[in-house]
Amino acid sequence: MRVRVVGAGPSGLYLAILLKKADPAHEITVLERNAPDATFGWGVVFSEETLGALRDADYPTHLEITDSFARWSAIDIRYQGQVLRSTGHTFSAIRRTHLLDILQRRARELGVALRFDTEVAAEESAEDVDLVVAADGANSALRRAGSFGTTSRPQGCKYVWFGTDLVFDAFTFIFEQTEFGLFQVHAYPFDEHTSTFIVETTEQTWRRAGLDTMSEQDSIAFCSELFASHLDGHRLMSNRSVWLDFPLVRNRSWHDGNVVLVGDAAHTAHFSIGSGTKLAMEDAIGLANGFVRHPGSVEQALVDYELERQPVVDRFQQAAGDSAAYFGRVRHYQSLAPIQFAFNLLTRSGRISHANLTQRDPQLIRVLDAWFTATATGQTALPGSVAPPPMFAPLRLGEKTVRNRIVRVGGPAGGAGLVLTGLVAVSAEGRTTEDCPVMDDSWAPHVAGVHAAGALAGLRLGHAGRRGAVRSSGVDVALRAGWPLVSASPLRYAPFGAVPAELTEQGMERVRAEFVTAARRAAAAGFDVLELDLADGYLLASFLSPLANRRTDVHGTDRLRFPLSVVDDVRAVWPGVLAARLTATDWARGGLGVAEGIEHARALAEHGVDLVHVRAGHSSGTSRPEYRRGYLTTLSDRIRNEAGVPTLVGGYLTTPDEVNTVVAAGRADLCLFEPPPTPLEAVP
Amino acid sequence: MSHVRVGIGLPNTIPGTPGALLVEWARRADTGPFSTVAVLDRLVYDSVDPFAALSAASAVTERVRLATNIAIGPLRSPAMLAKQALSVDALSDGRLTLGLGVGARRDDYAAAGVDRRTRGAVLSEQLAYLRGQLDESGVGPARPPVELLVGGASGAAFARVARYADGYAHGGGPPRAFGSAAARARAAWRDLERPGEPILWGQGYFALGDPDRGSAYLRDYYAFTGPFAEKIAAGNLTSARAVKDFVRGYEAQGCDELILYPTVADLDDLARLVEVLA
Repeated sequence: MRVRVVGAGPSGLYLAILLKKADPAHEITVLERNAPDATFGWGVVFSEETLGALRDADYPTHLEITDSFARWSAIDIRYQGQVLRSTGHTFSAIRRTHLLDILQRRARELGVALRFDTEVAAEESAEDVDLVVAADGANSALRRAGSFGTTSRPQGCKYVWFGTDLVFDAFTFIFEQTEFGLFQVHAYPFDEHTSTFIVETTEQTWRRAGLDTMSEQDSIAFCSELFASHLDGHRLMSNRSVWLDFPLVRNRSWHDGNVVLVGDAAHTAHFSIGSGTKLAMEDAIGLANGFVRHPGSVEQALVDYELERQPVVDRFQQAAGDSAAYFGRVRHYQSLAPIQFAFNLLTRSGRISHANLTQRDPQLIRVLDAWFTATATGQTALPGSVAPPPMFAPLRLGEKTVRNRIVRVGGPAGGAGLVLTGLVAVSAEGRTTEDCPVMDDSWAPHVAGVHAAGALAGLRLGHAGRRGAVRSSGVDVALRAGWPLVSASPLRYAPFGAVPAELTEQGMERVRAEFVTAARRAAAAGFDVLELDLADGYLLASFLSPLANRRTDVHGTDRLRFPLSVVDDVRAVWPGVLAARLTATDWARGGLGVAEGIEHARALAEHGVDLVHVRAGHSSGTSRPEYRRGYLTTLSDRIRNEAGVPTLVGGYLTTPDEVNTVVAAGRADLCLFEPPPTPLEAVP
Repeated sequence: MSHVRVGIGLPNTIPGTPGALLVEWARRADTGPFSTVAVLDRLVYDSVDPFAALSAASAVTERVRLATNIAIGPLRSPAMLAKQALSVDALSDGRLTLGLGVGARRDDYAAAGVDRRTRGAVLSEQLAYLRGQLDESGVGPARPPVELLVGGASGAAFARVARYADGYAHGGGPPRAFGSAAARARAAWRDLERPGEPILWGQGYFALGDPDRGSAYLRDYYAFTGPFAEKIAAGNLTSARAVKDFVRGYEAQGCDELILYPTVADLDDLARLVEVLA
């Protein structure tokens, strides 16, 4: 097979080595536009898992690479003048130029032709060889000449990649507050003399600091001064170190004819999870294996490569996206206690959880758990303390204490700290279905039952608005003989649904009175928590969403006005914990966005709401939800940390580990726990 | 881990399949280990209409369920779709499972004269019609509610599953991909506060006698997806071991009903599959 590899980075060189090793008869040429000793970037990081793959794929290079590794097992988090060290991780890194040097030598030794200082024109491409490998990076020129369904967009913060002669002994995150805003550093050693030192900040802060107009020298001086206390007399070194946007590259197909993409040309993953080189070299292994499985067919081998690699890369891109987004909003976490800040940072991408860390760093988890329970009970954890996992810590809410962080809807408590009812309507007109209960004086026995099980009892109170008069819960199909509906505006919710009447001022007065009467009944029944439903497209939510509220009166310009008036009137008569289900985002074009959702949460808190139950979507029948495990967690995180209000979140949390991770990281205070049915529980 | 039921596809979208073979296939499937006989839907192709195929199947079967998995809803008007579905359900004495989706082919929409851009909204409207309005429309035969599945991979599709359907019809792929789609379907179900759990259907392709012919068919059938066709062809189950692993994998991911579609219209291939599953 004749193979032309374009780009002599790690993926291109490694692929050349593996193909040549598999069959010395392959004619392989690697073309590189730069000189062999051109240096871009500093060090690159590997995980233990990748090293195993490298050992199996080519032992000689594995030996050389691991011989020159910097290795460490700690992550340091420098935050608010303190250093928190987490141990039990495994990292290794190598100087990028040294890695390339090893790979170049090995490739030459195996008989691969390496041509440097060679520009490759896209058109002189694919026909004279059997396979063309585009290993020419995130801005791949070769990719532009083909049809791969490429998208590339900036992701995360502004960043700049320096080196330093300070040798760190851990993967080090530094957070420094300035008059312009927060700056953070990702630093790690890669040989005995040098560390990578990446500085990152939001675009606003970057502009406020004037970095957008600074020269390279001034920018180094700025960063050197900013991090002087951490650099300890050492210097920052530039290597074409300019501020950049990280490009998120995706391709629908990784091959077009006999041209195949590998490494950054095929996909990028934000640097904050340190996976670029790892993924690139694993691509090379995956592609070489494709040819082992299908020696006779380039097409089959390329399909095989994509089938193997795309799902893996998808998962890394998801995690990298979560990590990049975390660093984009990390300024909002500056009020978290250091141990919680550290745990939040370590679990940012969803790849590490409370349970994983219990294995890796049991002391950190012990200290975290002890701190969490002590803080929850108004105490200070003494050295050596132990406590149950965070989901079992009590939570003080208003005058009440929830015994743990687990919330269930309906049914028996099953160990939960809070049991909420399903929707109870304030009036017959406000029901969803014919079976939907209307608030009355019959709830005391229910409350007594929940209390007997050791849990607090919560009532979810609402008015279905234009989602009323449907056949069954969640199914928006109108009853044949329903009842008149009301909403913020006369717009039907779902196809064939009834058109609601626009709620008049008189109607608002009536609904407010209904909420107040129902709240009094809830108090009389002994409920501990009253949860007002301002979500899911129901009546109060219809005022909040621009998709449902097209009013031209004062309620159109001030969409919070009516819902807040209900909250105020209820707060005046309700002595217990007041919660509100709230839509954080409509997940629909033209709908309510997260920034406004956070403002709404803040307004509710100012009006006496003690707990926000974070919901999303459903403001109209056409929202586009983003379902996955824990799909509401980030929204809850943002409301809790940006609006400064305690939150309850669901979003298909099915394991105790997810709950421990969410509450310990400060992403929510309470979790709706929804374990799937399992035959294990049928066994006596 | 619950037990997965295995259903068999009819070769109604394999070009040139004689009508007699299609009917004989259904007849034999009814005697085999299969829970369901299922069909695919495509307009601009050498294929038999899904409801016509199931009508024929209903005449020679007594036991198996009959399923569209999926039929492209928006190509038909809501009333016409309901008429076809209710007819099959009546002919088969209530054995129909109606799986609906928006499909992926532009040419089908163009040929049907239907605007493809509003396909999601149109499908929602059809589902709302089937679930409600139909009762009052006079369109018959009058039947108890038909089991309804919805396919698709977008957030809106999962919301549609939870809002209107009894379950989710996955479009194919390795067990792990099914598992992540199943988690999304369950999340949507909870999100809309539906009681119970969604029914989860999966699907795969097989060719045990002549894999090359089977894969050539898949390349042709999915040619409209461009390079993706090769990936689908690569997923064709061409050995007993591959079929068994696939069924086990889907079972482990909580699949309730797994449909295996033929890629070669040959009764011997059906017999081979029966043997593998025995």
